[in-house]
Amino acid sequence: MNFWQYLENRHQQLLTDAYQHASVVFQCMVVATLLGVLIGVVTYRSEWAGNLATTTTATILTVPALALIGLLIPVVGLGVPPTVIALTLYGLLPVVRNAIVGLRGVDPSLVDAADGIGMSRPVRLLRVELPLAWPPILTGIRVATQMLMGIAAIAAYASGPGLGNIIFRGLASLGSANALNQVLAGTLGIVVLALLFDAAYVLIGRLTISRGIRA
Amino acid sequence: MPETGDHGASIELESLTKRFPGSAQPAVDNVSMEIKAGEVVVFVGPSGCGKSTTLKMINRLIEPTGGRIGIGGEDVTDMDPVELRRRVGYAIQAAGLFPHMTVAQNIALVPKMIGWPKARIRERTEELLDLVGLDPGEFHGRYPRQLSGGQQQRVGVARALAADPPVLLMDEPFGAVDPITRDHLQDELIRLQHELHKTIVFVTHDFDEAIKIGDRIAVLRERSHIAQFDTPEAILTNPADDFVSGFVGAGAALKRLNLTRVRDVGITDYPTAMIDDPLQQIFNRLRAGGTNEVLLLDRRRRPYKWLRRGDLMRARGSLARAGTPVHDTVTRDATLRDALEAVLTDNTGRVAVTGRHGEYTGVVDMQTLMSSVHDLLEADRLDALEHQHELEELRAAQTHAEQEGDQGVTGAGGAVGAR
Ligand SMILES: Nc1ncnc2c1ncn2[C@@H]1O[C@H](COP(=O)(O)OP(=O)(O)OP(=O)(O)O)[C@@H](O)[C@H]1O
Ligand SMILES: [Mg+2]
Repeated sequence: MNFWQYLENRHQQLLTDAYQHASVVFQCMVVATLLGVLIGVVTYRSEWAGNLATTTTATILTVPALALIGLLIPVVGLGVPPTVIALTLYGLLPVVRNAIVGLRGVDPSLVDAADGIGMSRPVRLLRVELPLAWPPILTGIRVATQMLMGIAAIAAYASGPGLGNIIFRGLASLGSANALNQVLAGTLGIVVLALLFDAAYVLIGRLTISRGIRA
Repeated sequence: MPETGDHGASIELESLTKRFPGSAQPAVDNVSMEIKAGEVVVFVGPSGCGKSTTLKMINRLIEPTGGRIGIGGEDVTDMDPVELRRRVGYAIQAAGLFPHMTVAQNIALVPKMIGWPKARIRERTEELLDLVGLDPGEFHGRYPRQLSGGQQQRVGVARALAADPPVLLMDEPFGAVDPITRDHLQDELIRLQHELHKTIVFVTHDFDEAIKIGDRIAVLRERSHIAQFDTPEAILTNPADDFVSGFVGAGAALKRLNLTRVRDVGITDYPTAMIDDPLQQIFNRLRAGGTNEVLLLDRRRRPYKWLRRGDLMRARGSLARAGTPVHDTVTRDATLRDALEAVLTDNTGRVAVTGRHGEYTGVVDMQTLMSSVHDLLEADRLDALEHQHELEELRAAQTHAEQEGDQGVTGAGGAVGAR
């Protein structure tokens, strides 16, 4: 069976896996974004708190994905929970770091102007600081998503959802008839998903970044 | 403090002090000052003397370490600072416009925060753009980066004025634009102030700007100590000490020209013609006016060309190439110095005065300028003499009092002398 025949035979299964893959990455990114921006907002004003947040999230990223998922299994069991927790944690670093850099990068004279015309702290954050920091934050989200695409494949190790399953199946039966097709289909599927997500981010950028600050 | 006010509110600073954490000396040390309603007070002084710090304590962007602030007779030292700042306009160097918002959105910020209805905000935005000399239709939807520095600065001023605050604080608002634009912006601020009568506190380290704009100038030395607080005329003719004279700099007589405006001297009418007028009609007007020249106006009544009788002879039916183009015009709010400059560069010996939209309103000629300047300097000299006389009398009274051993008079004399 060549690759195309394989795709034709299994497209139902492949589409389901791809959908689950995209879905878990998307949901984890939503959580990572909310959490990451929140951490950024809480810590950016203080030198040490900001650095602590960046360092902590960076340290999480150095833990090998397989190890982290393996460590989570005894605590939260198999399946979706370890996948979601791991992905969310890995997604944090780029968002947190870019949120802090973006918020700290807002021109101090604009902060002065915002205070000067009588904006309260929350209003200043929502109307001035976050919109101005949004382009770097969005870049962080984009980078994180690309990263999670690959890491999500490893979730299959903990019986998680997604395209990782066929890759693992293929790897486990190397030498058999469909092994290579499985690995290839899973990998290509991830690449295609990553490209689709990236296109979506370009669109989101167009829609949410003010024309006044778009590059 | 009134919600809105076309006539400004007074500001009282009482022993205002700011000590930044970690510095031995206070940045602002015990400043007391009374600013009248509707007055423009300019803080000048060397860099780092505490001008900005003093200004920012008025809207409590910097919280004072000690002392009290009153606005319109109300003590605002302990008021909610956010509430306070919505009632005090604030404009800064480089405008501080939010780059992700359009011009209209920037201007609408304060009215929105204090809950004006949408229709009123829209109306107000257009009105303000017009007020600062920007065409609402054209600039309304632009982003700050699509504006020149001068235009940004105008929007900055419009934003500060948005909710019609009685007090306006301006920290080197024109510091970041080129000298010509700066000059225009200053003229415009003066014109605005004529209509609005706000209480304005304006910070600069340019003494010429201070003279041009201020009703009174506070010359500050280090730690915001007041070296002299008086009218520009008095500071020019009677600097309190060497520090102030150093700041006034050379050419006090020429600077004096900056203190009087075109509207204060005689603006005379002059024969004009519209560019579309038939040639014969222009001829007739020349003959009737008894002058050798008419000022040709374009379709929007803006000065366009000076036309001499000889030019008309040579024109042969078309005005396209006849006459001398008008190089320079001044507004009614321009200083005599600007007017003199314009008269000297235009070879007609006079300069056209224009209104808000550049339309012709009259002319000022060399003769008028010369005699006004002469009168001004004469008046100043008399004032200075009188002032000196007063001081001498005061000193004599003091000496006398000391000889008599009367402490009370000495105390009172000291207080007057310190002003
Ligand atoms: N946030 C701060 N922390 C510590 N010191 C400060 C702070 N802001 C200002 N200063 C100090 O207070 C003094 C007065 O500063 P300020 O900004 O009021 O000067 P300025 O007169 O406005 O000067 P410039 O003309 O350069 O704007 C300076 O010595 C400055 O170093
Ligand atoms: Mg300053």
